[in-house]
Amino acid sequence: MIVRDIAGLIQGNIVCCAESESTEIEFAFASDLMSDVLTIEKDKLVLITGLSNLQVIRTSEMSDISCVIFARAKKVNNEIIALATEMNIALIESPYSVFRISGLLYEAGLKPVF
Amino acid sequence: MKHKIAGGDFANAGNVASAVKKVLRQLNIDHQISKRVVISLYEAEVNVVAHAYSGVASIQIDEEKIDITITDSGPGIADIEKAMQEGFSTASPHVREMGFGAGMGLSNMKKNSDLMEISSIPDKGTVVRLVNYIKRNAA
Repeated sequence: MIVRDIAGLIQGNIVCCAESESTEIEFAFASDLMSDVLTIEKDKLVLITGLSNLQVIRTSEMSDISCVIFARAKKVNNEIIALATEMNIALIESPYSVFRISGLLYEAGLKPVF
Repeated sequence: MKHKIAGGDFANAGNVASAVKKVLRQLNIDHQISKRVVISLYEAEVNVVAHAYSGVASIQIDEEKIDITITDSGPGIADIEKAMQEGFSTASPHVREMGFGAGMGLSNMKKNSDLMEISSIPDKGTVVRLVNYIKRNAA
């Protein structure tokens, strides 16, 4: 599944970046705990989180995460967008909850990590 | 390479690991090895930002290994064995709001390094050494 299709399933708004829309995603992981995210070894991963700060992007950079979904209408600031652009990480804002996003993406075929 | 790390500066936490990641990519280090190095270094960097006043990361890369030593000035760790246990943390609420402080950092550093050494003097600081051995890409 690609980033654009994921955004379509969760009423998502892709805030970064246009060139990431075709990035292929295979796995999903939902967490607000970045230490937990750092234990994941899979690539082609989307992170679903309710946390909106720079460390989410730094964590994604270190873990080679291709896309981050910010649940419950969390807004990302310009600093976050600038870092994600530099790291080529797609960012999606969604009005849905972490639970709802997880359910929809699981149903659509994204695989769990554990 | 030597990089300074400022305690409490969450806006810049990860800058060192990010710089090292770029260097490892330029050196064509195996992706899985590189990932282990940057994740363990990032955890160490976050620990300095979260707990110490200041720190220095010293990174040495040769043909055999990536050898990183992070030295900080700070409160130190009174009981290292206890600190290594998953779930034990003395992190502040602010650190937890950033998505850390669950007591997973040290064990994750150990998991992502071939050799980890840690020593600490309470009220002085902590020294962590992280070594990962390199297997060069066949190409």
